[in-house]
Amino acid sequence: MKFLLRLSSPRRRPGPFAGRVPLSARDPGLRRDDARGWRALALATVLFLSAVPALAIGVDEPMADPAMEAKARDIARGLRCLVCQNQSIEDSNAPLAADLRHIVRERLAAGEDEAAIQKYLVDRYGEWVLMRPPFEPATYALWFGPAALLLTGVGVILWRRRHPATVPEAEALTAEERARLDRLLKDEDPA
Amino acid sequence: MNGKYRFLLAALPLAVVIGLSGFFYDRLGKDPGELPSVLIGKPVPEFTLPGLEDGAPGLASADLRSGTVTIVNVFASWCAPCRIEHPMLTALAKVPKIRLVGIAYKDKIEATRAFLGELGNPYALIGADVTGRVAIDWGVYGVPETYLVSPGGEIVWKHVGPLDETVIRGELLPRAEKLLK
Repeated sequence: MKFLLRLSSPRRRPGPFAGRVPLSARDPGLRRDDARGWRALALATVLFLSAVPALAIGVDEPMADPAMEAKARDIARGLRCLVCQNQSIEDSNAPLAADLRHIVRERLAAGEDEAAIQKYLVDRYGEWVLMRPPFEPATYALWFGPAALLLTGVGVILWRRRHPATVPEAEALTAEERARLDRLLKDEDPA
Repeated sequence: MNGKYRFLLAALPLAVVIGLSGFFYDRLGKDPGELPSVLIGKPVPEFTLPGLEDGAPGLASADLRSGTVTIVNVFASWCAPCRIEHPMLTALAKVPKIRLVGIAYKDKIEATRAFLGELGNPYALIGADVTGRVAIDWGVYGVPETYLVSPGGEIVWKHVGPLDETVIRGELLPRAEKLLK
């Protein structure tokens, strides 16, 4: 809490004696400040926590049945927004995403299941709208790619362990070479 | 490691660079956010849209099966690129044997009327899609979008974004001519 205290009352910076005398004993006013700090933190926490569900409700009209509403949200989270292409339609603020969320709720209310709703959108926008790509030959690279890369990496590591890089041992010098080397070492100026 | 493998290993970075260069060259000038339409080669979706005036003809799927090559342009008065592409549409409307029709996407009818009053109306028929539901059936995800429809009512080609001369001369008109043959 010390840093909070400092933030809330910059006038009462601990002086050179800070640490020797308990802060609250030096200035009884600080105790009240401490309480104020806690209260501010509590308020900030409450505001922060309450902001998250409020955002999620957004401008949509939720369905009457909470279970159906949860289902609608779940489906919307699995559908990609065509405008903000890395967001789901549940997360996107684009007007088209709002329209698509409306369609999801409408179709769910009419008794359609998730697969039927997904098919409705795939028929119009292609499989690209699905956040989770389907498992089929065209997407094998996508599904197996990461595992294949990992296995390749492990394979390379294992192979290198078995075959450590060897530095070829230097051949012994011949008598002639040794003599020349000695000459060079003795001679300060080789030229 | 013997010499042959060593050579292969040394060639690997070069092979990777050549491969990547080819891939990037292929992607050059393309918009990665642009989605291929799944509706290409399929019949136009079923719809009926009202016109801009009371009693004026709107646009319906039957109009697109009437035996002429049709360009369907999805636009809105609030969309800036639509304003930019408008002169292109005016020019397209003059091309013989091709009919240009419009779908006004999520626009107030008065606003569409004012937009066309100011810039001129190049469309032979206009349907007002006030809720945007018909556009979703067309797979629209951003205006302007333009579709080329065969005389029999099949979607042949789609363009996302404003039409420009390059797209019209290089992609739209050659395909339309093929349909007219």
